[in-house]
Amino acid sequence: MIELQHLSKRYGGGRKSQPVQALDDLCLSVPAGCLYGLLGPNGAGKTTALRILCTLLAPDAGSVHVAGIDALAEPRAVRRLLGYVAQEVALDKILTGRELLQLQGDLYHLRASDRDARISELIDLLVMDDWIDRRCGTYSGGMRRRLDLAAGLLHRPKLLVLDEPTVGLDIESRAAIWQVLRQLRDQGTTVLLSSHYLEEVDALADRLAILEAGRVIAEGPPQELKAALGGDRVTLRVREFSDAEEAERVRRLLKDCQGVSRVVVNRAQGFSLNLVVENDGVVERLRSQLAEARLPVFALSQSRPSLDDVYLQATGRTLMDAELSVAGLRDAKAERKQAMR
Amino acid sequence: MTSASPPIAAAGPAAEPSALAEISQETLALCRRLFVQLVRRPSTLVAGVLQPLIWLLLFGALFSRAPEGLLPGGTSYGRFLGAGVIVFTAFSGALNAGLPLMFDREFGFLNRLLVAPLRSRSSIVLASVLYITAMSLVQSLAIMLTAALLGYGWPGGTGLLVVLVTLLLLVFAVTALSLGLAFALPGHIELIAVIFVANLPLLFASTALAPISFMPPWLGWLAALNPLTFAIEPIRAVYSGSFHLGDVVLNAPYGSLTAGTCLGLLAVLSAGLFLAIRPLLDRKLT
Repeated sequence: MIELQHLSKRYGGGRKSQPVQALDDLCLSVPAGCLYGLLGPNGAGKTTALRILCTLLAPDAGSVHVAGIDALAEPRAVRRLLGYVAQEVALDKILTGRELLQLQGDLYHLRASDRDARISELIDLLVMDDWIDRRCGTYSGGMRRRLDLAAGLLHRPKLLVLDEPTVGLDIESRAAIWQVLRQLRDQGTTVLLSSHYLEEVDALADRLAILEAGRVIAEGPPQELKAALGGDRVTLRVREFSDAEEAERVRRLLKDCQGVSRVVVNRAQGFSLNLVVENDGVVERLRSQLAEARLPVFALSQSRPSLDDVYLQATGRTLMDAELSVAGLRDAKAERKQAMR
Repeated sequence: MTSASPPIAAAGPAAEPSALAEISQETLALCRRLFVQLVRRPSTLVAGVLQPLIWLLLFGALFSRAPEGLLPGGTSYGRFLGAGVIVFTAFSGALNAGLPLMFDREFGFLNRLLVAPLRSRSSIVLASVLYITAMSLVQSLAIMLTAALLGYGWPGGTGLLVVLVTLLLLVFAVTALSLGLAFALPGHIELIAVIFVANLPLLFASTALAPISFMPPWLGWLAALNPLTFAIEPIRAVYSGSFHLGDVVLNAPYGSLTAGTCLGLLAVLSAGLFLAIRPLLDRKLT
């Protein structure tokens, strides 16, 4: 359904700003009927990729095809095919939700009767009837996002593109949006969403791509990516509050155990130990070895690899750390300018 | 959907409506939005009438004792001022044309329009032009009615038509300028600053408040080159009761201009400005 080939995009590089390589030879292929997740920290290039896909932005290099149509050569044909739910919800505060949808319908050239019937359908689907005739300026974040989703779905697009659709939403609205997205996928719509929530992509996506610094560094169904890592993650605490010395002693003991790898002391979690074990038998062996060394076990938790582990494996840092490291580097003003036409 | 068959064709070429139908659908929808905004938040409209009204009353009073015969043709100052204020109303209304567009750029609403398969993105510009033209004309009409109540006269029949055509030409030119600025400037603060700075000097450097014969030569030159003057003088001629396209209405330092020449200059200016901003619009809207 979507073929992005060797996309590159660079911003800035003017007198004052350092150039930013937002996309760096990005390739992505999304099969039809798939619910596809783009995962990555802020600044990884997710929004830029989606804006190029939606014909809002021209790449410096590369090609974009949607359902076989060249989006750079025939942007209007692609625009008809796709619905785009942007990250920053742009609603007209003065219009009511219904008026906004009517405007949207006219921009997609729906017939008036068709348009109004479809609007009623979406009001039911997204449970908007209580407030759809109130002005958009009075809406909560969840209402705005639902209305925006309705606007994106109005013309029954074959492809729905959502940029971080659940950021800052209450759990109820998030669940409602997840449900609609799954329903759409089941009805054959291709859905592409970006997110920096691991759980969201894990729970929703049939396939995902992890973006880092403008390129795809891992791709596949979440289960496969996790399974490919192998082993289980274990967090161990010998006491509720251990100290550096004791933790180091335990680490030396554990790292020589057979079937144990990547033992690290996690200072942030009260000197607990994080390690990877090959199978359940290893954990039993660990317990007995600790008992021999007269070390107590306050807590031991074991889990299958998560997407965070996939991310860690691919990039050498956790998604949370990646978020924090770019948090200070972002230039809100420059980003607003990029989004402006 | 992975097949390369264009899904547009799936709808059948017969189902594809004409370009005109689609363009008018999107333009009307965009225009309707601007009018709904205006009706629900009418302060711009009201302020746009109030400001010139205050000009009319205060300046009218200020110069009401101007010596007889000071103005060409011995007209009263109020009657003289009327034409200037009418033009000023249309001018400052049209100068704001770019503001809604600028806000749409800043708040990302424009992206919503650009993601939609608009048949022509000129619809966005066209809707703004229609809206601002209607609003400026309504404001000017309100001022004309007030002027009439104050006893400054009312242009009858063809006179009204001349006033309308003159205002339209000016509004087109100024709207083009403002829409161009809305895309060229970085934000609404800058746009409002330009509007603020342009507004009054253009009024003072025109024949709205005083005839060229009153002005020092350098200001006379400015006024004679100011497009506002080209709109004011034909309307003033209408209000003085005798209007012919061939009549000289402006004695500029560089020569005499007839009403027809003034209107022609305005038409050239409108067309020129729209042509001038076209590359900018094309760049920003594609």
